[in-house]
Amino acid sequence: MSPHSITTHDHYLNAGYGPRSWLLTTDHKRIAILYMLSITFFFFVGGFFAFLMRLELLTPNGDLVSAETYNKLFSMHGITMVWFFLIPSIPSVLGNFLVPMMVGARDVAFPRLNLLSWYIYVVGGLFTLGAMIFGGVDTGWTFYTPFSSTYAHSNVIPVVIGIFILGFSSILTALNFIVTIHTMRAPGLTWFRLPLFIWAMYATSIILVLATPVLAITLAMLGVERIFGVGIFDPALGGDPLLFQHLFWFYSHPAVYIMILPAMGVVSELITCFARKKVFGYRFMAYSLLAIASVGFLVWGHHMFVSGQSAYAGMVFSALSFIVAVPSAVKVFNWAATLYKGTIAYHTPVLYGFGFIGLFTIGGLTGLFLATLALDVHVHDTYFVIAHFHYIMVGGAVMGYLGGIHYWWPKMTGRMYPEGWAKFAALVLFVGFNLTFFPQFILGYLGMPRRYHVYPPEFQVLNVLSTAGATILGIGYLIPFIYLIWSLRHGKNAGPNPWRSTGLEWRTPSPPPVHNFDEIPVVTTEPYTYVAEEEQRE
Amino acid sequence: MNGLPLFPRAASTIAPGVDALFTGLMVMTIVFSGLIFFAIAFFAIRYREGSKANRDNPRSESLPLELTWMLVPLGISFGFYFWGTTLFTRMHVAPPGAVDIYVVGKQWMWKIQHQQGNREINELHVPLGRPVRLIMTSQDVIHSFFIPAFRIKQDVLPGRYTTEWFQATQPGEYHFFCSQFCGTSHASMRGRVVVMEQAAYERWLAGATPGAPMATQGEELFERFGCATCHRANNTGRGPTLAGVANSTVELEGGGTAVADREYLRQSILDPAAKVVRGYKPVMPVFRGQLTPDQVAQLVEYIRSLGGPRVAAKGGAQ
Repeated sequence: MSPHSITTHDHYLNAGYGPRSWLLTTDHKRIAILYMLSITFFFFVGGFFAFLMRLELLTPNGDLVSAETYNKLFSMHGITMVWFFLIPSIPSVLGNFLVPMMVGARDVAFPRLNLLSWYIYVVGGLFTLGAMIFGGVDTGWTFYTPFSSTYAHSNVIPVVIGIFILGFSSILTALNFIVTIHTMRAPGLTWFRLPLFIWAMYATSIILVLATPVLAITLAMLGVERIFGVGIFDPALGGDPLLFQHLFWFYSHPAVYIMILPAMGVVSELITCFARKKVFGYRFMAYSLLAIASVGFLVWGHHMFVSGQSAYAGMVFSALSFIVAVPSAVKVFNWAATLYKGTIAYHTPVLYGFGFIGLFTIGGLTGLFLATLALDVHVHDTYFVIAHFHYIMVGGAVMGYLGGIHYWWPKMTGRMYPEGWAKFAALVLFVGFNLTFFPQFILGYLGMPRRYHVYPPEFQVLNVLSTAGATILGIGYLIPFIYLIWSLRHGKNAGPNPWRSTGLEWRTPSPPPVHNFDEIPVVTTEPYTYVAEEEQRE
Repeated sequence: MNGLPLFPRAASTIAPGVDALFTGLMVMTIVFSGLIFFAIAFFAIRYREGSKANRDNPRSESLPLELTWMLVPLGISFGFYFWGTTLFTRMHVAPPGAVDIYVVGKQWMWKIQHQQGNREINELHVPLGRPVRLIMTSQDVIHSFFIPAFRIKQDVLPGRYTTEWFQATQPGEYHFFCSQFCGTSHASMRGRVVVMEQAAYERWLAGATPGAPMATQGEELFERFGCATCHRANNTGRGPTLAGVANSTVELEGGGTAVADREYLRQSILDPAAKVVRGYKPVMPVFRGQLTPDQVAQLVEYIRSLGGPRVAAKGGAQ
């Protein structure tokens, strides 16, 4: 047997070849791979839009693209990244692959619905992509009315239909996870023996199921107003423009937690495995995920402090937003405490884990700036907000996703990624990320509004720094893209459990067989029993 | 390129307060993230694989620790909450005697109308050291009026008035921006605030191209649109008398009361059936689409200029 092949056992990758075996699969692991390919495509599409924006912003004048094109670029960047990359990223790729394996099941509860959710994603994606290619959309990802419903001349309706369709894919995936986690746990796997990644997927699924329908309703009302002129949001037709914002943020603020909770779950797995120690404060970690998911539904009005919403509503939303910071703080402290008296091995995934904690801490603390009423008045709708949410979504969610991809790559493919290149890429990403987005905090406090195609010249130096960072960041994303593909043929054989992890997903060969486990495992301990395991080895 | 500014100019009474709050949050951020970064770096080095550090009795839970890092952040949060909310209340309510200036946002320019009749586009001249209140509305989509040097911002909505106020403390010129995305030329929807000493401001008011004062223009509109046909003196017409109505409390048809502030007057001109004064029929024609926002503002100012004791209306407005 050549060292380059992993055909020593039957697994989900060699169970069938050809398009049919993939396009008609109901194997959650293959569906995860299908999702991975699709979201990677949309990630690079969205990244390309961002790169053009950053190039335009090198100079204060509009010299690369027209104002109209620039507006379409940031709108399509946001729409692509939020709905077609970030929201499905960890749940649909890592979640699909890992939820059944981590609970010791052979598949998700509804395998065919799972495949359907991918098809819905693809239809929604192609619809939106088509609308972008044939004219684009210039409303921002937020679709504020009455601009989007009455004044915009771009492809608002096709894009909205694409997102509307996509929502069903989120709902189906979430339903599948909820039912799987409730009903298909292995014998002995009680709720408090579940890995935190499963808790995170559960909390995320609850948000997806409860919030996504509100987005669908909101977009449908937007469509009704735009097509039929029924006055819902446009005051000229007797509507209320703030109603749209309330409905939109009722979905879109929880959507932020859809992006960050899964990354928190991933990071908990990475830190425990590479510190070889049980997570500190397991129950607090689990409950804080649920707390963030629930209180996260009550803070949407903090996007509207200067919108014309009542000042008293602003005060209530501000207080609730401060409260949601507490469970996030609990998580950060517990991760740090997990390292205490651990045995820390520096592999790439834990570097992403540390990167996540650092960037999420800054992103979270700057969130408090925005939750503070008097300060939000100044920084709302400036680059400060852009910097803040990129620290959460890119510094947090994307770092978590990449950390998870590296950690579970050996399980998914049976191959190791090249460690040296991977560490180098993690460093490049960290440097590039901070150089891109840190200057934007300063730009924002100086008063540079977001969504500006041209800007006063005194903002140029910071914009040039940010564009330089974005270039480094872009290269940082290409490196893993290349070496991960390379590793599929040339990576070292991983073996079943290269990280000596305690998770159930590692108790099966890599890549896993079609039915995951020859025998369903019986669970007798809490998760992360690294210390006990080390003692046994000695 | 003007070098690398790191902090914006502070030129209003509210700005130092906002900057202090910002500094407070910065200190908190540096302390907390410093603590986290230090803990992670320290543990990561001390407990690296192969180190000889003592690992006896590793712990994985501690209720006192959990409570500490729940309650301490909660306490600090509430400190900042009260600080931010107190300052916000100050930013929200203009002091009495403010200079009222009307602002209309439209794709993609700012139209400004002073009480004295002066009009400007994308420029706003204001006096130094006096509170100035902007009464703003939009002719189309949502805009937002943002003056970074004054640390204030307020969305400008179609179909209603929103306000913001400031008191400039430094003469000079400052940017203002539209900060709510409003379409193609959003980034060009900006201008400058010119803060002038009182004397210079008065010269500017008198000098430029002063039209008639807003109230006078409003009176002409009042005549032209035949408003006086119904809104006669002493409640003898089909509509209530308008003298003294501004800022009074009126009783409404169908119960309830409303304060006849600018927003009420604006709405009652454009959409008269929305809040009808008790004892009157909803017979007034709708002026939505008939009047520009500038004209509505002039009518509002005219009605506000009609002083005199409020005459009891038929239905008993107070």
